Amino acid sequence: MSKTITIDGQIIPFEEGQTIMEAATEAGVYIPHLCHNPEFTPHGSCKLCTVNVNGRTCSACTFPAMEGQQILNDAKDINEDRKKITQMLFVEGNHFCPSCEKTGNCQLQAVAYHLNMLDDHFPLFYPHREMDASHAEVLIDHNRCIFCTLCVRASQQKDGKDVFAISGRGINKHLIVNAESGLLKDSELKATDQAAHVCPTGAILIKRTGYQIPIGERIYDHTQIDQVSLNSENLQHDN
Amino acid sequence: MTTKIRVATTSLAGCFGCHMSFLDIDERMLQLVELVEFDRSPITDIEHCTNCDIGLIEGGVCNSENVHVLREFRKNCKILVAVGACAINGGLPAMRNFISLEECLNEAYIDGIGVENAQIPSDPELPLLLDKVRPIHEVVKIDYFLPGCPPSADVFWKFLTDLIEGREPSLSYELVHYD
Amino acid sequence: MNTFIHDLIEINRYQPNHLLHILRAVQAHYHYIPKAAIEQIADLLAISRTQIISVIEFYSFFHLTPQGQYEILISDSITDHLLGKHELAAYLEEQLNLKIGEVRADGLVSLANTSCTGLCDQGPAGLVNGHALPRLNKPKIDQITALINQQTPLEAWPQELFQVDDNLIKSDLLLSAPITQGEALQSAFKRGLKETLNELDISGLRGRGGAGFKTATKWKFCSEELNDERIVVCNADEGEPGTFKDRVLLNSYAHQVYEGMTLCAAIIGAQKGFLYLRGEYLHLYEKLEAILAERRQAGLLGLNIINTDFNFDIEICLGAGAYICGEESALIESLEGKMGVPRNRPPYPVTHGYLGKPTVVNNVETFLAAASIAVNGGDWFASIGTDKSKGTKILSICGDCAQPGIYEYPFGTDIQTILDDCGASDVLGVQIGGPSGTFISNKEFSRQLAFEDLATGGSFIVFNEQRNILDIVNNFTHFFAHESCGFCTPCRVGTSLLKNQLDKIVDGHGSAGDVVALEELCQIVKKQSHCGLGQTAANPILTTLERYPELYQAQLKKISYEPGFDLDGALETARRLAKRDDAAAHLAQVEE
Ligand SMILES: Cc1cc2nc3c(=O)[nH]c(=O)nc-3n(C[C@H](O)[C@H](O)[C@H](O)COP(=O)(O)O)c2cc1C
Ligand code: SF4
Ligand code: SF4
Ligand code: SF4
Ligand code: FES
Ligand code: FES
Repeated sequence: MSKTITIDGQIIPFEEGQTIMEAATEAGVYIPHLCHNPEFTPHGSCKLCTVNVNGRTCSACTFPAMEGQQILNDAKDINEDRKKITQMLFVEGNHFCPSCEKTGNCQLQAVAYHLNMLDDHFPLFYPHREMDASHAEVLIDHNRCIFCTLCVRASQQKDGKDVFAISGRGINKHLIVNAESGLLKDSELKATDQAAHVCPTGAILIKRTGYQIPIGERIYDHTQIDQVSLNSENLQHDN
Repeated sequence: MTTKIRVATTSLAGCFGCHMSFLDIDERMLQLVELVEFDRSPITDIEHCTNCDIGLIEGGVCNSENVHVLREFRKNCKILVAVGACAINGGLPAMRNFISLEECLNEAYIDGIGVENAQIPSDPELPLLLDKVRPIHEVVKIDYFLPGCPPSADVFWKFLTDLIEGREPSLSYELVHYD
Repeated sequence: MNTFIHDLIEINRYQPNHLLHILRAVQAHYHYIPKAAIEQIADLLAISRTQIISVIEFYSFFHLTPQGQYEILISDSITDHLLGKHELAAYLEEQLNLKIGEVRADGLVSLANTSCTGLCDQGPAGLVNGHALPRLNKPKIDQITALINQQTPLEAWPQELFQVDDNLIKSDLLLSAPITQGEALQSAFKRGLKETLNELDISGLRGRGGAGFKTATKWKFCSEELNDERIVVCNADEGEPGTFKDRVLLNSYAHQVYEGMTLCAAIIGAQKGFLYLRGEYLHLYEKLEAILAERRQAGLLGLNIINTDFNFDIEICLGAGAYICGEESALIESLEGKMGVPRNRPPYPVTHGYLGKPTVVNNVETFLAAASIAVNGGDWFASIGTDKSKGTKILSICGDCAQPGIYEYPFGTDIQTILDDCGASDVLGVQIGGPSGTFISNKEFSRQLAFEDLATGGSFIVFNEQRNILDIVNNFTHFFAHESCGFCTPCRVGTSLLKNQLDKIVDGHGSAGDVVALEELCQIVKKQSHCGLGQTAANPILTTLERYPELYQAQLKKISYEPGFDLDGALETARRLAKRDDAAAHLAQVEE
């Protein structure tokens, strides 16, 4: 008999060593997430995947599935908290979707749509952040970075490089580039690297590709992120 | 006949894109004017808003005049709605927030290419600029938000019909867009 | 630079784990970490420059830009405020002719605020190049200013400027009868290590650093892990504002603390130990090293301890200004030479700690108590205290009382007794357990010191009736925003939002919905944050909001809404540039 957990009343099997997120995804249950990507070791920082496990708040992407866990996921109060966390991510950076190439393909935006977020709720920080357009093919717009470290992990774990890191403390966190000049053009990054493609937001973009698909026909314009995410992540899994 | 619902609209630091989109409800406008009448709005010629049920605000707050208009709306409208990206988070005009106001004004009136008779205007008739463009919810209390740049005509329609028919307004997935 | 760095790396045996040691030395030498040094260190340690930069930018005591040759930090904790920090800091600014947060143009001196330095009983306090300056006053500031302007090297400064006192006022079970050197180890080996662990279990000792996990259980779990290497870590990060008892224990009872660590190592089977000492306690460093040497000499550390086949040694690692490094998994990251970011748990340190090895992390006082228990037995300890909280607790008492200092009490002692002992009258309330703990009002002084009632890592700050609660809460809330490591969204963004929202209310710009919004934000930061810092960061607001709701309400204007920023101030630049000051060039904060 395989072991099981229960998410919102649904019994879900899992294998020893799986996280709650992994078990849920395989069973076709979507748990909102941003810093999690099944191809990389989990990070547990964005807290979008917060779930209630036997009465305790846990991050589904890092917390191991264990026999008999009673988990609440798609509950009103949890989604309210997730919405507030998403709003925090919006106000700490500068997200002007109408002028962002990523709009419609952005996971931050898509999670916000999914949670029916209509406003920023909190006062905006309008932080001063730079762009790094030095690289011939790849651009960093720090205004949109949410510190998920996916680029950091992709560079280390897939590209065998170490191009990115998160530096600083507290609200002063920021992404840095491994080059003596600190500029992307002097780093080892190639446009073909996974790290250049993994960003869930519009912080790392491949130049001159932004408007190939018109706004209105993009990934999340008509399909919710739960469907997109379950399809693509289970596909990755099967490969 | 019951009295019509009074709606006022205005554009602060916006581009009128939201107003254009509102007008895109096309023939449904005929249905709408059965139910609502417009108070102060670019589509009427009323200059000051009087007691209204709904106020729709496009654009963020970039100068002192915007603050006065916004306050006038807040005072006179039972329900105040932030319409569009600019009203909600400052939008494109807020991109100037990353350049100091002094630099902005110098570039526009003093150092810019082709500037003649360089001086920063000081006419007391002109509203002064705030150092940052702000979303309207940071200046007055806002009751509802309609995202989009601009929100589609369907958003206006859904929102207003919900309100008029006494439902709590809600927007489905297809209607929520930030772009 | 080349040879300086090279030698430094060589002394540190090319170990990337020693990055903090190395950066401390570079900072001390150059008063910042030059770019060239980063490149050279990266090269020699074979780590990426980004790892080094991220560490520099994480810890408050490291800088990428030059600081003064005399780096002056002034403690910005509430207890310093009570002792007149503001006025003193203004005087210091005036004398040194520079503002807080600046480096003087001649490069000689820099001035900045810092979090609690653990000198709360002898504040206002500061640090110069990391060395503690207690009991600052105007004459001392004059003296310091002169020493700096004459460029007198620190070694030649009068020693009394650096004199830190123990202020040990009340001893009980532990502090009145310290063990003699080697006594705990002798007893343990004589009794048997298993049996000694059993005594520890009987004693009921729970961790003294905050969470109160049962010590014997922790040691047992760690010893059961299958691994040939285990680690003992003593947590002397003591960053909770108002806590300074570990400082005194390390100054006067270091032998016993080391003995407790060695005992733990013998029981769990560890060969390596670390004392993680907060950077602010640099003044203890040499003494603590000397005691380690003494113990090695006496056969109490090193190979074949007390002539058994047990080998164990201790290394001291200095922090560099980060409260979060007191959290055990962040501490371990820091020991590994990284940013102090708390790990995901499970796995817990007892299974995967330092370099992935099973690790016991305990507080200084926990080790001290364990050593006593090994000598005196479990019942000796368990006979005192309450049902769930055995033994005694060492408090660091400060704030508005006649005799601030160190007090040891049996668990179960009521707060009023403690207040009477330390000479506190006219008391408004007490902050128990520091900012992350609880504020209790003067109606609650019959409550008890105990895990099941009022738990504290040692911090006990008294406030008299003249104090303003909102000032206190504001100071604590700013502290958390400053110390958030930034890893998780709810704390990184939430603590800054809390700070701004509280400022809005305290500054009198709050309106109808603002307290509700504040409380709502508190709940999400508390519930959704990754570690204990975020989970307790809202406590100052929540515990006072619960007790004094009217205080918050009284701050609010009777209007529906007020902007959170200064509207008229936002026109200042435009007014200046347009050379206008007419009525239309101004805005009222709220509509008339
Ligand atoms: C933000 C934060 C700061 C902490 N600071 C300290 C500290 O300075 N000293 C300490 O002993 N424990 C501190 N702790 C608790 C430690 O994580 C850990 O529980 C403790 O060191 C375990 O030792 P004990 O069982 O002996 O108490 C802190 C925890 C958090 C969340
Ligand atoms: S990154 Fe996403 S959320 Fe941010 S501006 Fe771009 S589309 Fe909008
Ligand atoms: S740049 Fe993108 S991938 Fe990298 S940390 Fe920021 S948001 Fe994540
Ligand atoms: S709660 Fe705060 S200190 Fe803890 S991990 Fe999150 S950001 Fe860091
Ligand atoms: S997805 Fe789990 S914390 Fe980000
Ligand atoms: S004016 Fe409508 S979105 Fe900007």
